[in-house]
Amino acid sequence: MTNPAPALELIGICKAFGPVQANKNISIRVMPGTIHGIIGENGAGKSTLMSILYGFYKADAGEIYVAGRKTLIPDSQAAISAGIGMVFQHFKLVENFTVLENLILGAEDGFMLGKSISKARRLLKSLSEDYGLDVDPDAKIEDIGVGMRQRVEILKALYRQADILILDEPTGTLTPAEADQLFRILGRLKDEGKTIVLITHKLREIMDVTDTVSVMRAGEMAATVKTSEVSPPELAEIMVGRKVLLSVVKEPATPGPKMLEVRDLKVVDNYGVERLKGATFDVRAGEILGIAGVAGNGQSELLEALAGYRKATGSVKYKGNNVDLSGVVSNAMGRRTDGIAHVPEDRQSEGLIMDFMAWENIALGYHLDPEYRNGMLIDNGAIREDTNQKMDRFDVRPQASQLEVKNFSGGNQQKIVLAREIERNPDLLLIGQPTRGVDIGAIEFIHKQIVALRDQGKAILLVSVELDEILSLSDRIAVMFDGRIMGERDPKETDEGELGLMMAGMTRGAA
Amino acid sequence: MDSLTLLLILDSTVRLAIPLLLACLAGLYSERAGIFDIGLEGKMLAAAFMSGAVAFTSGSAWLGLLAGIGASVMLSLVHGVASITFRGNQLISGVAINFLAAGLTVVVAQSWFGQGGRTPQLTGDARFEPITLPFADAISAQPGIGPIYQELLSGHTSIVYIALLLVPVTWVLMYRTRFGLRLRAVGENPASVDTAGISVVRLRYMAVVIAGVLCGLAGAYLATALQAGFVKDMSAGRGFIALAALIFAKWRPWHALFACLLFGFLQAMALRPDVIESTIGISVNGQLLDALPYILTVVILAGFVGKAIPPRAGGEPYVKER
Repeated sequence: MTNPAPALELIGICKAFGPVQANKNISIRVMPGTIHGIIGENGAGKSTLMSILYGFYKADAGEIYVAGRKTLIPDSQAAISAGIGMVFQHFKLVENFTVLENLILGAEDGFMLGKSISKARRLLKSLSEDYGLDVDPDAKIEDIGVGMRQRVEILKALYRQADILILDEPTGTLTPAEADQLFRILGRLKDEGKTIVLITHKLREIMDVTDTVSVMRAGEMAATVKTSEVSPPELAEIMVGRKVLLSVVKEPATPGPKMLEVRDLKVVDNYGVERLKGATFDVRAGEILGIAGVAGNGQSELLEALAGYRKATGSVKYKGNNVDLSGVVSNAMGRRTDGIAHVPEDRQSEGLIMDFMAWENIALGYHLDPEYRNGMLIDNGAIREDTNQKMDRFDVRPQASQLEVKNFSGGNQQKIVLAREIERNPDLLLIGQPTRGVDIGAIEFIHKQIVALRDQGKAILLVSVELDEILSLSDRIAVMFDGRIMGERDPKETDEGELGLMMAGMTRGAA
Repeated sequence: MDSLTLLLILDSTVRLAIPLLLACLAGLYSERAGIFDIGLEGKMLAAAFMSGAVAFTSGSAWLGLLAGIGASVMLSLVHGVASITFRGNQLISGVAINFLAAGLTVVVAQSWFGQGGRTPQLTGDARFEPITLPFADAISAQPGIGPIYQELLSGHTSIVYIALLLVPVTWVLMYRTRFGLRLRAVGENPASVDTAGISVVRLRYMAVVIAGVLCGLAGAYLATALQAGFVKDMSAGRGFIALAALIFAKWRPWHALFACLLFGFLQAMALRPDVIESTIGISVNGQLLDALPYILTVVILAGFVGKAIPPRAGGEPYVKER
C-alpha cells in the first residue's frame, strides 16, 4: 500500500518583517484525515505561518502543496478555493447578521440573495446533522454565545467546502464544557475525512486530541512527532528550549490571622442586574484562596468591589477594620495606600494603558508616591530608574522602559502589571486570570512569584477560569456559581470532576 | 385651512424633501459601508454649481446634471483616497470637502460669469421642467383623488420621480442582493468580508462613488429644478439635515424617506406663516419657523429620539489584522 499524498505540505517557508525573521525555513507535512497540532509560545511564528496559508501574507520563499498539487495562495480567495478553511481566534462574524447571512457572505450564488439563503438553509441542516454542529440558522450573532459563534465559523468553512480546517487558539474563550464539545466535533470531522490543523499553546489540548504535533520555537520548526510518543514535559521542553516545571512546587501553607473577611457581599451592575448575590468567605495571611468558576458568574464583580472601583453592599473587613464599600471614603486609590494590590483580569483594558510606555504604566496608580515626586512635579527620572529595576527583577523582555506597552508580548505585559503590584509588597493581593494568554515559560515564573508572596505571609485572593491553575496554586478553593459561593474544598481532597459539577451549580450528591 | 392649501403645502413638502432624500440616501450607502460622510453638503454644493454652470453654457439641463454628478463624484473620490486608501480621518476629510466646495464654487462662478458668485438665470431647456403624469388633466375634476393626483403626484421634475424610485431600489439592493449583504457587512465588520476573500477597499470605493452620484443628483436638483441657477451657499445646510435624517432613520431607506418628508414639511410650513396663523390662531415668528428644521436636527443629533446604533465599523479605516 502506498502512502497517500499529504493533505497539506509546506516546504521551506520563509518570511521576514524587516530585520525580524518570523518564519525560518519551515517545512511541515499534514496527512489527510488527521488532527495535526501546532504548538509554540506566543511569537514563535505560528500566526505568521497561518496567515501565509490563508493568503494574508506572501512568503519570501518556499512552496505550498495542497493534496499533492503545488498551489499559489496570493489572497484569501485562493485559499478558500484550494479547500482551506480558517477559524480565527477572534471571530470574523457580522454581529447583527443572522447565522445564515454570515454563512453565505462572500459565497453567494448569484446577485439576488433568495436562492443562496434557501440553499444555505438546506445545507446547514445536513451539515448540522452530519457533524453535530448545532446552531439556530435565524438567530442573530449578537444574541448567541461564544460556543455557538465558533460553530458558525466552522460551518462557514464547511459551507465553502473546506477539506482542511485550521483552528487558531480555538478554546481561548470557551468554557471547559464548550471546549469538550468542540473536540467531539473535531473528532467527527476527522472521521469524515477532513484534515484539521489545531494551533494552540495549551499542552493538554495537544495531548488530548491530536495525532501528530509540530513544535515551533523562535520562528523555526523545532520538531514534529507522533503525539502518542511524547509526554507533556518533553513537549514543553522543546517549546521553551529548556526544562519547564509544569506543576507548581510549594510548601504547605501556614495560615495566619484573618486578613480579609467578606460577609454577604452583593453587587448590582450598571443595568440593575444583581451579579453578586451574597458572597461570604475569609482569606488568611499566608494562604492562597482560589476562586473557581465559569467566566461571568460574579467573579469579576467580586474583584472590582474588593479593589474599590465598583459599589457594593454587605460587609468587608480588612485587618479587622471595616472597609467602605460605597466608594465615598475609600476608592481604588485608598485600597492601594492600605496595602491592597490588584492585578485586574483584563490587563489590556484595566491593567495597562497600551499606548503608554512601560515606565508610565509602572507609575499608574502610584503616581502620588513621594518617591516618584519632586515637589509638585512627577520625577520621571526616578520612575524610569525604578522601572528598570522592576523590569530586571521580573525578567521583562525586552528590558526597555521607554517602549510602549502594546509592543510587548502578552506574557511580558502581564509581568509589568505584576511587577507594579507585587513589588509594592502588599499585604493582600487580589489577582484575576494571572496567566490568561501567557506562554508556558512565563506562567511558571508568574506562579513562582505568587507562591513567594504567600510564603512571605501575605494573603492572596486568586480568581481564575483555568481549573488547572486553581488546583495547583490554591491552598483552599471556593467555587462560584451564579453570584454565590457554592462551597469550599481542599485542593488535595477534590478533583476536576467535583469542581466542574459545582461550577455548573450542582453538588456531587445531587448529580 | 382648506384642502387646496393643504395640497399645496404637501406639494412643496415633496419638492423640498427631495434634495434631502437624495443626500440622505447618499449618506446611507457610504455610512453603511463604514465610511462616515459629512461632506454631503460640499458635494451637493459643488454639484449645484457645476450643473447650473454647464446647463447655462450648454442650454441643456441633462448635460448640467451629468456635470454636477461628475463634480460630486470627483469630490467623493478625494474622500475615498483620503479615507480608504490612505486611511485618514473621515471627519477631517469631510470637513475639508465642505470648505473646499464652499470657497471654490463662489470663486469659480465669479471668474466664469462675473455676476457676484452666481450663475445667470436659467431658462427653457436649461432647467428641468415639471412632468405632467398621464391623465392628470382628465381626472382632475374627480373629487378626492383628482386634485391629489394632479397637484401632489403629477407636475414634478424627473429628478423627483428618480429620487422617489431610489427608495425601494435601495431597499432591495441593501437587503435582497449580494451587493447589499457585502456592503452592510463591510460597514459592520470588514474583517468578515476580507477573510471571505472579498476586497474591502473595492466595496468601500463603490459605496463612496454611489454616494457621489446621489449627491450630484441632489445638487443638480437644487440649481436646475428647485431654483433657476446657482447662488452662493445654496445648499444651506441641507447636507447636515440629511445626516440628521439618516440618524433619525437609523440608516434604513424607507425610514429615510419619512424622515426627509418630515424635514421637508417643516421647511414648507416655514414658507407659509399665514397658514400657520390661521390654523392655530396665533402669529409665529418667521425666523423661528425658518429655524425649526435646524432645531429638530439638533434634537435628533442629541439623541432624543431613541438610541441609534451606527454601523459598527463606521469611521474606522480597515487595517488587516496580523
